[in-house]
Amino acid sequence: QASTVLADHDNKSLGTSTRSTVKAASCIKGDVSVLVVGLDCKSVAEQAAKLAGVTKVLHVDHTAFQHQTTDCLSNVIQRLQSEHKYSHILGSTSTTAKAVLPHVAAKLESEDIFVRAMYAGNALASVQSPRKQTKLLSKKTSCEAASGAISWVKDELSTSDRPELGSAPIVVSGGRGMQSGENFKILYTLAEQMGAAVGASRAAVDAGFAPNDMQVGQTGKVVAPQLYLAVDISGAIQHLAGMKDSKNIVAINKDPEAPIFQVADYGMVADLFKVVPDLTKELQKK
Amino acid sequence: MSLRVLVGVKRVMDAYVKVRVKPNNTGVDLANVKMSMNPFCEIAVEEAVRLKEQKLAAEVVALSVGPPKCQETLRTALAMGADRAIHVVTDEKTRTDMDLQPLAVAKIMQQIVKQTEANLVLLGKQSIDDDSNQTGQILSGLLSWPLGTFASSIDVDGQKLTVTQEVDSGLTTVSMALPAVVTVDLRLNEPRYANLPNIMKARKKPIEVIPLDTMKLDVAPRLKYLSVEEPPQRQAGVKVETVQDLVAALKSKVWS
Repeated sequence: QASTVLADHDNKSLGTSTRSTVKAASCIKGDVSVLVVGLDCKSVAEQAAKLAGVTKVLHVDHTAFQHQTTDCLSNVIQRLQSEHKYSHILGSTSTTAKAVLPHVAAKLESEDIFVRAMYAGNALASVQSPRKQTKLLSKKTSCEAASGAISWVKDELSTSDRPELGSAPIVVSGGRGMQSGENFKILYTLAEQMGAAVGASRAAVDAGFAPNDMQVGQTGKVVAPQLYLAVDISGAIQHLAGMKDSKNIVAINKDPEAPIFQVADYGMVADLFKVVPDLTKELQKK
Repeated sequence: MSLRVLVGVKRVMDAYVKVRVKPNNTGVDLANVKMSMNPFCEIAVEEAVRLKEQKLAAEVVALSVGPPKCQETLRTALAMGADRAIHVVTDEKTRTDMDLQPLAVAKIMQQIVKQTEANLVLLGKQSIDDDSNQTGQILSGLLSWPLGTFASSIDVDGQKLTVTQEVDSGLTTVSMALPAVVTVDLRLNEPRYANLPNIMKARKKPIEVIPLDTMKLDVAPRLKYLSVEEPPQRQAGVKVETVQDLVAALKSKVWS
């Protein structure tokens, strides 16, 4: 019995999420391999080989795989599955893995076992899948031949120096109380000081203070950083769903009745326009 | 004008309702709770209707799978501008957040795609109840059609589709030939509200009802729910008075 983990990477470095996935995989009986598919991604394979619990790294390197399009990855996994007959194929909740694994599952007619969040983390379901032999499709398409269905056009990667919202260790988020997009600048300055990503509540996004991709909440991004700093966010259910798994929550709000204080480890009833610059200055002293 | 769009529409607990787990831990309590169209499905419907308004799509068909009440959600899709609807109806007790799982829904959609001769399937990236984020991907696997996920823009040019996808690191644009399956994300558009005249008009639009059991598909759930529980509740912490106190607390408790 053996499992394989689809690595998250950008052809240069291994995503931190893969570490968690490998850890999860090592709870399953049998060997754990890591699958690295890309172009000139030898360094990623080397990083994967160093992870505790990894017995083997499968490194697939080809120009066709540079952009890890869904159909390419799917074909590689299907091919490897027919050879290695893994009991489990795992991926993180990265957009790449989320796109490709269900697709592969349909192709392999396979099934999963896991505990998973539903209703945006407002309910946790324990689920079980009856153990069946993984049934394989006999179709053996060559990876290269099949790489034409989806063709990569371009990437527009976030150029911000700030860490990515979904994986940042610290997130600073602003709500409607920010009053304008211009005012978000004080959060950017604070975030820079803290090495944090910047998020926003739906109210702030709807009001046009921040772009949609900054939205934290049920329909936006779900984050779980070490520290979440909520600035003038009241704490609607929608928003809490997206951040309540944060390790530590700090809330700054001038309304002492704001529901956010019920989940905050540290609360401060104060005017954000005074506190945020003060906090930035105080942290500079370090 | 060659597009025939099939758009998936799911009836879910309204996004603003507080989620409560049933005391016996068998699932989320859906009794007497406001239900609405899944927000990501609204975005898919809006996009389909815009394709029709731009004369790129010949027909927009909305599909919902679930209990009889899903018809309300289909009427909303029709009021937004879908031409007609198909309701694959289950019995009243079927829970669409647990009993009907992505593989089953994808198999149903696969048949409806054949029946409607759709060449573009638009789906929300996920539904806000079971949060699976799988149906579109599985459907593309079953149909062997190319797949776009997390779309924040969709351009149609003849038989070619260009899709900008929201990925963790930013945006990735891919192109593919039709027929295709595309799942949509938040930034794609802002769904319209159906106005009264359109709601009235929608009442006259046809909804074809197909009992699920006549489809002769294996739709048995693949995942068995053992229990559903409330997540651990957070406790309110302490109030701090000054910025200095806050930094001190962070230094000793968070950054130590």
